[in-house]
Amino acid sequence: MTNWLPRHGRVLQFALRRLAATPINSLFNILVIGIALSLPTGLYVLLQNVQGLLNEFSGTPQISVFLSLTSTPGDSAQTGEQLRNLASVSRIEFIPRNDALEQLKRSTELSDVIGGLNQNPLPDAYIVFPKKADVASLESLRDQLKVWPNVDHVQLDSAWARKLEALLHFGELAALILATLLSIALTAITFNTIRLQILTQKEEIEIAKLIGATHAFIRRPFIYYGLLQGLLGGLAAWIIIAASLTVLNTGVRDLAELYSSSFTLHHLAIRDSISLLLFSAYLGWLGAWLSVTQHLRHIEPR
Amino acid sequence: MIRFTQVSKRYPGGHEALKAVSFEIAEGEMVMLAGHSGAGKSTLLKLTAALERPNGGSVLVSGKNVGTMRSNAIPFLRRNIGLIFQDHKLLFDRSALDNVLLPLQICDFDHRESARRARAALDKVGLLNRERANPIALSGGEQQRLCIARAIVNRPTILLADEPTGNLDTEYATEIMNIFHSLHQIGVTLMISTHDENILNHHVGRTLTLKHGELQA
Ligand SMILES: Nc1ncnc2c1ncn2[C@@H]1O[C@H](COP(=O)(O)OP(=O)(O)OP(=O)(O)O)[C@@H](O)[C@H]1O
Ligand SMILES: [Mg+2]
Repeated sequence: MTNWLPRHGRVLQFALRRLAATPINSLFNILVIGIALSLPTGLYVLLQNVQGLLNEFSGTPQISVFLSLTSTPGDSAQTGEQLRNLASVSRIEFIPRNDALEQLKRSTELSDVIGGLNQNPLPDAYIVFPKKADVASLESLRDQLKVWPNVDHVQLDSAWARKLEALLHFGELAALILATLLSIALTAITFNTIRLQILTQKEEIEIAKLIGATHAFIRRPFIYYGLLQGLLGGLAAWIIIAASLTVLNTGVRDLAELYSSSFTLHHLAIRDSISLLLFSAYLGWLGAWLSVTQHLRHIEPR
Repeated sequence: MIRFTQVSKRYPGGHEALKAVSFEIAEGEMVMLAGHSGAGKSTLLKLTAALERPNGGSVLVSGKNVGTMRSNAIPFLRRNIGLIFQDHKLLFDRSALDNVLLPLQICDFDHRESARRARAALDKVGLLNRERANPIALSGGEQQRLCIARAIVNRPTILLADEPTGNLDTEYATEIMNIFHSLHQIGVTLMISTHDENILNHHVGRTLTLKHGELQA
């Protein structure tokens, strides 16, 4: 047991040397794993970014509350007081009907038509800024206000947010399915790599068994190799995504400037990055383990 | 040390390689195994190292029944037995020294101590000056000696050699037999198969002779 650390160090060294012994082969394997992993992970990264963008846009959602035309200034003031007292509301803004008309006159070419009216067709209105920005709480607030006396109409533009959220959810599902399928493919790649290695090292394995090598001793370098290959594949995926984001960001910058936004695409957070590496290492380990379990059994010295 | 009791071995295909073989070898004994080609010499050695399992009877090594031994215990049996094969079974992708180091790596030996021991084993068979050579660059006799170095490097108490002087000329064969004699002197139990009349005639200890799978009286 005292030899545990140097022993594993030596096996790791051995696995590294085996990777380096066939550099082109190893490189292609790692690239294939990297590309395959970067597809679902990249999709996930994009979805995360869209989600972030969505939160930024709906960061200050508003609900417009239009009062009935028959309500008096006193009624309007009372409704304002009630709105202010709601726990779910952070602040409100009052737009008197005359201000609204003035604004309409100034901003549209209908000023002549509007000027010809002998009565103001617009009601008093409040703009309500709720505390919570998610679609569900916005809608429940809207439903609550709709039935108030003196309130004629409540407007919340959440349909697009809903649709986008559903779309994001769909995207997440697609990423998950893609990840599952590619995980199986990656396990198969490592399985096959290790199978070929076992075949080419048949003689060495036989001789090692002949002079007293345990199963664990023979399995260990193959398992390490699979683990290492998976880990490097995960790293390759991370780099591929980073490079793609850099390219995409030059495009995004131009687009964001048009909307005077400072939006840029972000890479995986540290925790997600570590998860990616651990997961790809796990897949490599699994493929190697399955292969070794399947193929070493048949190699016995004679 | 080694005890065969009514051991029989039938290979798949029905050939009876050994028939009711019984004998015992004491600790520190050096025994020759003689017999015509196909008599069952290799089979007997393989049964001793659990490379084959008997169909009947029992094979005891150091008091343990190796015929019924669980497969995960076999590696530890083999570490105690030095094996020398007619066809060398050396690895040609590494140096002579690395070949000798292999049994020590398998046992998780300390790195520096391993190198020291491996050189000592190479020295014993007269190959110290060839430690960096690839086994493919060694002569038949040198390969055979390298094989011996690998077999003795972790100081086994039992040494099994299958025709170690197979196709070597008398001079090389004598050299190798001298190595075995020196191992015999430090108390190693040896079983050596051969059909070299010269060696058999010079042997002072016991000789077991097989004929068509049966032990001759
Ligand atoms: N794996 C095997 N499968 C089937 N038959 C075998 C096998 N190994 C050996 N035999 C047969 O068993 C008999 C004994 O073989 P063994 O190798 O023990 O003989 P030997 O005395 O070592 O001969 P040699 O001096 O030629 O090496 C032979 O007839 C051989 O054909
Ligand atoms: Mg033989």
